[in-house]
Amino acid sequence: MDWVLIITQLLNGLQLGLLLFLLASGLTLVFGIMDFVNLAHGALYMIGAYFCASLSEVTGSFLLGIAIAIPVTAAAGAILEVSIIRRLYSKDHLDHVLATFGLILCFDTMVHFFWGPEGKAIELPAFLDGRLAILPGVEFPTFRLSIILAGLLIAFGLYFIISHTKTGMLIRAGASNRQMVSAHGIDIKSLFTIVFAVGAAMAGFAGMMISPITEASIGMGNEIIIVAFVVIIIGGIGSIKGAFLAAILVGLIDTMGRSFLDTLLKIIVSEESAETAAPALSAMAIYILMATILAFRPQGLFPPKGR
Amino acid sequence: MFKKVLLLASAGLMVMGSAAAAEKVKIGFVTTITTPAGVIGRDMVDAVNLAMEDIGGKMAGRDVELIIEDDGFKPAIGKQKTDKLVKQDKVQFVTGFIWSHVLLASQKSALGAGKFLISSNAGPSQMAGKLCHKNFFSTSWQNDQTPMAMGEVLNLNNVGSLYVMAPNYAAGKNMVAGVTRTFKGKIVGKDLTKWGKDAQLDFSAELAKAKASGAEGIFVFYPGKAGGAFIKQYAQAGLQGKIPLYSVFTVDSIALPKLQKAKMSGVMGSVMTQFWAPDLDTPQNKKFVSGFKKKYGRYPSFYAAQSYDTIFLIKSAVESVKGDLSNMDGMRAAMKAANFPSVRGKFSYGNNHFPIQNFYSRKVVKDSEGVWTTSVQEVVLKNHQDTYAKDCSM
Repeated sequence: MDWVLIITQLLNGLQLGLLLFLLASGLTLVFGIMDFVNLAHGALYMIGAYFCASLSEVTGSFLLGIAIAIPVTAAAGAILEVSIIRRLYSKDHLDHVLATFGLILCFDTMVHFFWGPEGKAIELPAFLDGRLAILPGVEFPTFRLSIILAGLLIAFGLYFIISHTKTGMLIRAGASNRQMVSAHGIDIKSLFTIVFAVGAAMAGFAGMMISPITEASIGMGNEIIIVAFVVIIIGGIGSIKGAFLAAILVGLIDTMGRSFLDTLLKIIVSEESAETAAPALSAMAIYILMATILAFRPQGLFPPKGR
Repeated sequence: MFKKVLLLASAGLMVMGSAAAAEKVKIGFVTTITTPAGVIGRDMVDAVNLAMEDIGGKMAGRDVELIIEDDGFKPAIGKQKTDKLVKQDKVQFVTGFIWSHVLLASQKSALGAGKFLISSNAGPSQMAGKLCHKNFFSTSWQNDQTPMAMGEVLNLNNVGSLYVMAPNYAAGKNMVAGVTRTFKGKIVGKDLTKWGKDAQLDFSAELAKAKASGAEGIFVFYPGKAGGAFIKQYAQAGLQGKIPLYSVFTVDSIALPKLQKAKMSGVMGSVMTQFWAPDLDTPQNKKFVSGFKKKYGRYPSFYAAQSYDTIFLIKSAVESVKGDLSNMDGMRAAMKAANFPSVRGKFSYGNNHFPIQNFYSRKVVKDSEGVWTTSVQEVVLKNHQDTYAKDCSM
């Protein structure tokens, strides 16, 4: 097989994985620390994208748009937490699902109302819009490379904060045993708000990074949030390390399935059935992985310690 | 006294009789309003509303009531909405339908109840062939025809090898079958991608494969918002200028404004085939395009053009029977004659009630105000009938 193609597809898989990580890290923290199932996490991904699209249009610069949209999305997350989410912690998971599903519908309709149904494209600056020869003969879109870079930087930053700062220590403690943290007199309320806002900012950032590729559109978060849940289940709920490794695993499996499965299938079955079956099978691959892991390691690959 | 009551009663009966005579023409219109595909539905709804204005809301002196339903991009919901239109609203005409799989799921609910079913877009091979029905009409095309025209364009341009990409659903498969039927070169790769509410919009893996395949051209079918996303990634992946893009139903008046806003000038000059373009020179099309631009401030898409035609087709049927909506045979014969002002000009209906019409190549150009639009180049297929008509027993 063509090695240029294989390297390109590995990079594509890594890029998808890191994008999933941005989304899944916030989700896993909120789920792990606050024991809160947030289906509306994908809505934050969507509004981040729309904020960025409008702000880059106003300022005329994509980078400036991102720089303003990140704190705006974090603020939106904080407001959401204080006004609505906070009241739901004491309820059970089914209520969380119901309430946050309602929030999804509200956000989708709000976006429809303010921005219309047609979605928004984002113009990239010229230096991000080209391609870079990373190896002789292997060209890769600059913007996808920058997603990889930004994803790795954020992963490293999160690792640093969580393992080497006091807030990080509290977050880890919260993920292991919430009651004990609050019993020690820690202001768990504001910790929750901070974690939720940071999660929102990361989800929003993921939306901002994908929309120059696919456009910002209504319901864009609902498509990817399911995959983000798969990632945190595989990685172990509450674990950033788990989310990181599982996201990259899922990104690679999805991309590799889409790239090479039909070629492989053609060896066994007829060309026509391979063509029809391959997309369906590669869409299923990550769920098969999740089911297998749940069967043999129900707590996920890297669950937080102490649970 | 008794006589008076009798008189009153008969007068009452007469009033009721005339009320029945003024029964409304009810048209159900099923399209996609929610989900990102709602942008297509908006274009269609805008077009039927414009058509309603242009006919003064009346057909043969009767008021026309338009009932619009959202299928949510799902076959099951499309069927439910069709049932509702037929049973609850008691419409005489069920129209609309963007998606082939939604139409296939819904057709029985309308046709089984003895209603007219008019597709304003979807043209699955089944409806043209084995499932053809005397009460089904299309104001669009059969899915295979447009890509068949594209196959001819590819042959004319001496394209020797082709990479094919389409969504994995009924129409996507028809498009691939269509281009494969007429294209004489070699198809070096093919991807059918996930479609529906959670459609795949990131084509990184597929574009990398296309690039590695060394094809001389890439053929795609990505309707709605997927079209814009595809073209951007096609440019970002560096295929532009290396593998020329040949598309059907992808670069349209819905994708172009967004592409222009994002300054994706790579799409300029790209070639597609279609039965219609905003600048097609017919009296009805001039009226439609200028009216649409005036009312909504943008170019109509082909979805809009077909929806506009739908209302005029129904009007010709209702008027031919002087508003007698019980005269199904009369209305059917009138529609079959295609005797209405169509945006595509004069055309005729085949035995399966799909139009026999011209297909043109069209190109992306700038209009006099600098707005990106598409322009007719030349006739590729003249008075073309779809290949499934022979499977239709009518």
